[in-house]
Amino acid sequence: MALYLAKRLGQSVLILLGISLITYGLIYLAPADPVRQIAGRSATPETVASIRRQLGLDLPLWQQYLRYLGQLLQGDLGRSYIQKTEVTTLILSRLPATLQLLAGAIVVELIIGLGAGIAAATRRGRPADRLIMAASFVAVSAPQFVLGILLLYVFAVQLRWFPIGGYGTLAHLVLPALTLGILGGGWYARMTRASLIEVLRQDYIQTARAKGAGPGRVILVHALRNAALPIVAMVGLDIGMFMSGAVVVESVYGWPGIGQLAWQAIQRVDIPIIVGVTLVAATGIVLGNLVADLAAPWIDPRIRRG
Amino acid sequence: MLRALLRNPAALFGLVVILAIGLAALAAPWLAPFPPDEQFFEGLSLEGAPLPPGPQFWLGTDLLGRDLLSRLIYGARTSLIIGLAANGTAVLIGTALGLVAGYAGGWTATILMRFTDLMMAFPALLLAITLAAIFSPSLWIVALVIALVNWVQVARVIYTQTRGLVEQDYIEACRAIGAGHGRILSHHILPHLVPTMLVWGTLGIATTVLLEATLSFLGIGVRPPTPSWGNIIFENQTYFATAPWLVFCPGAAILALALAFNLLGDALNDLLDPLQQGRG
Repeated sequence: MALYLAKRLGQSVLILLGISLITYGLIYLAPADPVRQIAGRSATPETVASIRRQLGLDLPLWQQYLRYLGQLLQGDLGRSYIQKTEVTTLILSRLPATLQLLAGAIVVELIIGLGAGIAAATRRGRPADRLIMAASFVAVSAPQFVLGILLLYVFAVQLRWFPIGGYGTLAHLVLPALTLGILGGGWYARMTRASLIEVLRQDYIQTARAKGAGPGRVILVHALRNAALPIVAMVGLDIGMFMSGAVVVESVYGWPGIGQLAWQAIQRVDIPIIVGVTLVAATGIVLGNLVADLAAPWIDPRIRRG
Repeated sequence: MLRALLRNPAALFGLVVILAIGLAALAAPWLAPFPPDEQFFEGLSLEGAPLPPGPQFWLGTDLLGRDLLSRLIYGARTSLIIGLAANGTAVLIGTALGLVAGYAGGWTATILMRFTDLMMAFPALLLAITLAAIFSPSLWIVALVIALVNWVQVARVIYTQTRGLVEQDYIEACRAIGAGHGRILSHHILPHLVPTMLVWGTLGIATTVLLEATLSFLGIGVRPPTPSWGNIIFENQTYFATAPWLVFCPGAAILALALAFNLLGDALNDLLDPLQQGRG
């Protein structure tokens, strides 16, 4: 168990290193010259040279990368070209809003996904099952920005049940969380259904039924526990999907998180911010996967025994 | 196989939608009632607002007084060209990497598959956004950017299947009678991977269509005036409350195309079951 832990941690560190290499490559490829951006157009060659030296751009490439890595380890993601602020500060100030949105979306996708998945699995082959599966296909094929605008149009503009955008109260959270969670809900519904159908075939479910457990108890207590593993493994992968979705959803609803920060940076081609958000998101994904892997033996004792 | 597909209502629906949109894209110059870029003086109301659907402009006009239906029909070209080109490239890259890693094994496999794991850690849209922000995008750059983020899953699946095939006795037998690597790969391994490539080649287009639409909606995909369903929404989104058809008509088109490829791909997957093949 300790060996597995150490191996898994080591892998994560290697992947994080790889991520930093790729993001460094992206910054290096960017056509915008940071020196010109900082110095301005009218700077003298001497100023340009001194800024170049300050930024370490006169060093060989591998030394520049090591410098970048050192800065990353200290939590320094560089400076925005346009706002002249630390990217880390900008991201940290917007992280709480995004985390709130992610929490809301996870609740939505679990409620929709588990509910629809259980309903479909227990009615396998019947019209309700077909309807739910069809709906799940629509959910995973719907462009999130259109879904966001649709919910905004129906529930905020026409029915006036929710505010048109903004941030702060639970009422503000409902529509963005719904938009972000429906896509995942579609995947979870399919996954839960497949997983449950597999588990419901097994002998111990027969035994539980024979001993007089009601259908609700069989599903919730006996079956769902064993169907949970692939679902938990998926939550780790979800973070990537959510981070991509957050850019779209936050820009549609004016939600002040890091997705909106990235979107604003796109409009101004502010590469350090875009790369910084990508790096933070990728780190989040690696950590999410790590947590899901470490949680697996805790959920399923069979893995613990190896 | 085609007959089995046609008997599945979901697959049939998918095929019909794809054929209809494909035909519309091919026949755009004859089908579209107006040139997609023509701005009509009578295409805007007296206050300068877009016109709602009516007898002259069937789906109404956009913020510049252009015919929405004509732009949607030409936009189908953008979606399909990018969908086919980007996803085709992604399947080729993924297959090549997975095949080489699976066949060669050892260090080659470790390096290639660790790189694949690494790419998996990047959220597709954010990576595509960064790439699109760095290379100022044209139609083909957008396709390339999407291909560069979408090959990853293909590589993983192909790798697993190739590993399974390489261990089979008949491959050993091929080697024993002196077949070279090239012959084994092209004659004895690749044919078994065709179903997987076909399934990903279909399912992946749905992902690609959505990614292109999203990039264009964010303003870093296909640039106006070239119509794309995503950038039509990008251009007109400020009118969504007063002229919702400008958002929901292209939105419905994106949904229909992505849904069609998802349904068809899922049916193909059930039919060919490529995941079973690799296990032999």
